Amino acid sequence: MTRVFVPKDVAALAVGANKVAAKIAAEARARGLSIEIVRTGSRGLFFLEPLIEVETAQGRIGYGPVSPADVASLFDSDFVTGGAHALRIGKPEDHPFLASQTRLTFARCGIIDPLSLADYEAHDGWKGLKRAIAIGPQAIVAEVTKSGLRGRGGAGFPTGIKWKTVADTQADRKYVVCNFDEGDSGTFADRMIGEGDPFALIEGMTICGIGVGATKGYVYCRSEYPHAGKTFSEAIRIAREAGFLGPNILGSGYAFELELRMGAGAYVCGEETALLDSLEGKRGIVRAKPPLPAHKGLFAKPTVINNVLSLVAVPTVLDRGADFYAGFGFGRSRGTMPIQIAGNVRYGGLYETAFGLTLGEIVDTVGGGTLSGRPVRSVQCGGPLGAYFPRALFDTPFDYEAFAARDGLIGHGGIVVFDDTVDMAQMARFAMEFCAIESCGKCTPCRIGSTRGVEVIDRVLAGVKPAENMALLEDLCNTMKFGSLCALGGFAPYPVMSAVRHFREDFTPRVLAAAE
Amino acid sequence: MPEASAWNAERAREIIAEYTGLEGPMLPILHALQEEFGYINKDAVPLIADVLNLTRAEVHGVVTFYHDFRHEPCGHHLLQLCRGEACQSVGSEGLAATVLGKLGVGWRGTTADGELTVEPVYCLGLCATSPSALLDGEPLGRLDAGKITEALEEACGP
Repeated sequence: MTRVFVPKDVAALAVGANKVAAKIAAEARARGLSIEIVRTGSRGLFFLEPLIEVETAQGRIGYGPVSPADVASLFDSDFVTGGAHALRIGKPEDHPFLASQTRLTFARCGIIDPLSLADYEAHDGWKGLKRAIAIGPQAIVAEVTKSGLRGRGGAGFPTGIKWKTVADTQADRKYVVCNFDEGDSGTFADRMIGEGDPFALIEGMTICGIGVGATKGYVYCRSEYPHAGKTFSEAIRIAREAGFLGPNILGSGYAFELELRMGAGAYVCGEETALLDSLEGKRGIVRAKPPLPAHKGLFAKPTVINNVLSLVAVPTVLDRGADFYAGFGFGRSRGTMPIQIAGNVRYGGLYETAFGLTLGEIVDTVGGGTLSGRPVRSVQCGGPLGAYFPRALFDTPFDYEAFAARDGLIGHGGIVVFDDTVDMAQMARFAMEFCAIESCGKCTPCRIGSTRGVEVIDRVLAGVKPAENMALLEDLCNTMKFGSLCALGGFAPYPVMSAVRHFREDFTPRVLAAAE
Repeated sequence: MPEASAWNAERAREIIAEYTGLEGPMLPILHALQEEFGYINKDAVPLIADVLNLTRAEVHGVVTFYHDFRHEPCGHHLLQLCRGEACQSVGSEGLAATVLGKLGVGWRGTTADGELTVEPVYCLGLCATSPSALLDGEPLGRLDAGKITEALEEACGP
């Protein structure tokens, strides 16, 4: 029986993958062909979605983007044996977008059935966990430390040091919390893992639990990701039944239990301490640090809180060794980063590569410029709180320190491309508006400053003392940057100030235009 | 979208009781109540407060903090349009203005016939197939005004 792979990643569903799958099944029935449709995650080549693949003697052959109307002609072209067709892309791994990547974290995503334990094991699944059990807690933490892995949520804090702090803290109960509150616009890597390779996250969290002596883990997934939540909770059930979770993991004597919790639409809960309060059932209000979550985290117990991508990198580190992982990268940014290329871009998708590519290479070479075909004017890196980069800074290497040196951040690895029709003053205003909507309200610079920021920009654009108000905006941004308790108020000035600095011509009064 | 049941305090008590064994049961309780009734009825607040040994003010504080929890029922169908930057880069703000204008509602508004509520959402993780939306929980990508109209007609009738 021929196996045909159709993604069920929500991005593929959004462009009709279910209709394509139904049409393939119906067409095969009508033609008396025996095929099995396997639903996978996405390869991350979103410009080709729905991207279907068929298993042939030469390996898997891809076709995309397929619409239901294309299905009959695919059968006419005998695609089930890899026949020629206008939508045929050949072997996906030979496609330039994939061939130039280094897929460690996303090695399986889009290839396997995400809920098949057999598929997971056949693609190196659980090897990291088995080695972790063999070497024991201290060696696990040492290995992660040596790998140079840094938190992929945005802050880039060394993962091994965080784990060691929790491991060294004595308590009757410890927790591992996974931050799956991927709220940044332009990011979808966590979502792809949750939908396309959920066992990898379970494996990473279990290794962490053994390493630091925690017996309970929580995954806090945002409610905007209902499909990921559903797939992941099913994965937990399957892993538990097979003994990969529970009181005695694989007969090792180690216990680890996992639970999925859904957020409720508050962006600030992606901030780790607000997330912990939310998990506890409170308003998602940011906590002052210290105490660090590693000392007093969830329910005041020592807690490792890591991003999905940090935890999913761990099985690779354990399986292939710290030196293998650290062998990739640039400067102090070791390993690979799943870059998410999004927005007005021709080849949008997930691009996992070692750190060090320049922003220009990512946007122009990999991304192929804008979807609209107009010139790229601006690129926002690192989500709604990340800086806007102009073309003049396209030589910046993708690396935590290099971006920081240019008043930017790589954050969670999202890159949103804008063409020359973008109004940067409106984007700056939106950053303030977003901060006002999402502020938890605990600290004044963020709560009040963001609302005042919208008003100040409105005054500039209305032509009310523009020079004075631009100076006031800069002053306000400094107050927010240095006076806010967390990154929401502290980083909202990045998009605003970068827009002011690099695109000042957009901050001209619009009174005349509005009066017309 | 499954039709929500009418508010029923007895049923609410049962739902709350199902989750009291969890650590930090508040959000799971609120999600379950909204799933059942379509919104968080203000009468649910003292019931939760009583079971979790909290003040009504504390529970009210949580309910009102999170954007997801509605204080009144929404329309029969729910359209959540993304306003994230990636969607904005391909014209989502103009698209939203067109859709809202055509329906004659503002953000979080419900059409006069009670059929459809439109809410803003800040990123669905569909940033390489923008503009995007969820209609009754089902994802839509590479949207334009025509595709939204088509999807709405399919869901709500013309």
